[in-house]
Amino acid sequence: MSTAERDAVSLGAVTPTMSPDVIVQVPKGVPAKEISYQEAIREALREEMLRDERVFLIGEDIGKHGGAFGVTRTLFDQFGPERVRNTPISENTIVGAATGAALVGLRPVAEIMFVDFSGLAMDQICNQAAKLRFMTGGQCRVPWVIRMAQGGGAGKSTAAQHSQSLEVWYAHVPGLKVVLPSTPYDAKGLLKAAIRDDNPVIFLEHKLLYSFRGLVPEEDYVLPLSQCDVKRGGEDVTVVASGYMVWHSMMAAQMLAEEGISVEVVDVRTISPLDEETIGRSVRKTGRAVLVAEACRSYGPTGEWGMVVIEQAFDYLQAPIVRVTGRNSPIPFADSLERGVWPDTQKVVNAIRGVMEW
Amino acid sequence: MEIKRDMLLEMYRRMVRIREFELAAIDLFKRGQVKGTIHAYIGQEASAVGVCMALRPGDLIAGTHRSHGHNIAKGADPKRMMAEILGKETGYCKGRGGSMHIAAFETGSLGALAVVGAGIPIAVGAALGFKMRGEDRVAVSFTGDGGSNTGNFHEGLNMASIWDLPVVFVLENNLYAVSTNIRDTAKARDLSIRAQAYDIPGVRVDGFDVLAVYEAAVEAVARARHGKGPTLLVTEAYRFEGHYAGEPEVYRSRAEVEEYRKRDPIPRFRTYLLEEGKASQDELDAIGQEIEQEIADAVTFAKESPEPDPAMALDYIYA
Repeated sequence: MSTAERDAVSLGAVTPTMSPDVIVQVPKGVPAKEISYQEAIREALREEMLRDERVFLIGEDIGKHGGAFGVTRTLFDQFGPERVRNTPISENTIVGAATGAALVGLRPVAEIMFVDFSGLAMDQICNQAAKLRFMTGGQCRVPWVIRMAQGGGAGKSTAAQHSQSLEVWYAHVPGLKVVLPSTPYDAKGLLKAAIRDDNPVIFLEHKLLYSFRGLVPEEDYVLPLSQCDVKRGGEDVTVVASGYMVWHSMMAAQMLAEEGISVEVVDVRTISPLDEETIGRSVRKTGRAVLVAEACRSYGPTGEWGMVVIEQAFDYLQAPIVRVTGRNSPIPFADSLERGVWPDTQKVVNAIRGVMEW
Repeated sequence: MEIKRDMLLEMYRRMVRIREFELAAIDLFKRGQVKGTIHAYIGQEASAVGVCMALRPGDLIAGTHRSHGHNIAKGADPKRMMAEILGKETGYCKGRGGSMHIAAFETGSLGALAVVGAGIPIAVGAALGFKMRGEDRVAVSFTGDGGSNTGNFHEGLNMASIWDLPVVFVLENNLYAVSTNIRDTAKARDLSIRAQAYDIPGVRVDGFDVLAVYEAAVEAVARARHGKGPTLLVTEAYRFEGHYAGEPEVYRSRAEVEEYRKRDPIPRFRTYLLEEGKASQDELDAIGQEIEQEIADAVTFAKESPEPDPAMALDYIYA
């Protein structure tokens, strides 16, 4: 059993067979290696730091300790304290300092341990960095990335202040880009793109995915931001999902394929700016839409995706749009309660069956 | 400190330019030609000019919501500033920013940042960038007494001090955070002692005396430039106008304002220049007339400039 499978089981994921084989993104014949999502992020950081001396890391405990989730481990030894810069617990000034450094030509990558802590930096993210270029009439650019871990899952039990899914906080602010990768391949390619992008990018890493393994090409590659990725083609129903929910959706699609239901899975791997085209095109083809997000239901990502479906594919819909989301609740501690608020594979399966029976 | 005559006259010119610019901006506001609001810098000119004259063109400043003075002191063109205040395409920010967000990157002004204290972490980051690249540049953040009560201030001073960053934190104590007196919000009467918590120098000067500010700034900037780390520079000041143009000012007495107006930094500096024989009456009058014309031209330029095209409203959101 692979680490990812073991984690999936121990974390109480509904299906014990959530394996990296569910999503394969590197074509046969391309030289590739299997690495974890955590390693993929680290490789992106290392390669970009080697490629561009303006790139540096700043954040709490990112030095020897390697960050809250070990992502920057070994980078401190390789690049030293100047470029892997441990900070005081000062989220607001970590982000502000990243902005200042970006304004004078560097390309900082900041780490905020948990997205839950980013409220402390909200002004610097949303009022300063996001708007500086705009409100100065294009006099400057703010090319930084803030990496934050988000989400949760049964077994991790990090409760109400370390487990939220807050992508829409930032997706609501023009000027920011918000990325939420679901696989090692996407994490590496999108982080490299985010670091090379001239805008402030919020890069959200799902905690349960750090141990997930998958193939990435041996050679350098960069993926485009602001594009959805069709993770699985299908004809009968479109499932729109992001982050960890892509895996539940893929598992559901695999299970339903055995029943003859053909599911297309669209991974919204950049939350904002949103690639509305790909979602619209898919639903115009399938005529049915199930939207899956871990974030709280109200004003969550599925509300936006649903409106995109209505605007772009209303005349094609053969069933009501159904969404599978986190409940409107803080994240509870107990495993049993967590299961009560989060989506899982079975809930996605039920939703797909529901729209197929319409 | 021996200061060259040209430098003294330039200080005088910039102080007068700030004063005349602000009077013209308030006048336009009262005529209903400026939308939004104006936070005038009148009374604090010696602070911005004293600090900015100690800087090089490549040094950077980060401002506040009250930063017309900082921008002019750093060398911004009053024409493009006035155009910005009137929301014109020819403004520094092409009408996207307005009074509270004027930035002039070409002069080293990262801009007016209108959330109190927000410029402090950004100046820290700019200084970090200078240090990491081995550049011989200094960053300055301006904030007020109110800003010194924010987390930005304390986090920023701490981070700059641990890394010995080339930054000067200028705290312009004009006594009021909108309506609230600093005496009601800080136990310390001398705000420069806040530097002690971060083991950096805390210097307090008369903010009505441009030369006192300048001399303290020269020292702080030199310290920063030579890798010795940040300084907190408190300029004891006062704003002669309300928090914003037309504000009722119920929180302070007319007598108090009149008392502070007697310390007006511009006549004071003028008297110094005359008494020390640094300039003649005629020379200073000529500067006054030159600036008066310059500001009148700025107003005309701003009024005659085109508005931004609404079709371009979404420009500059993303690079």
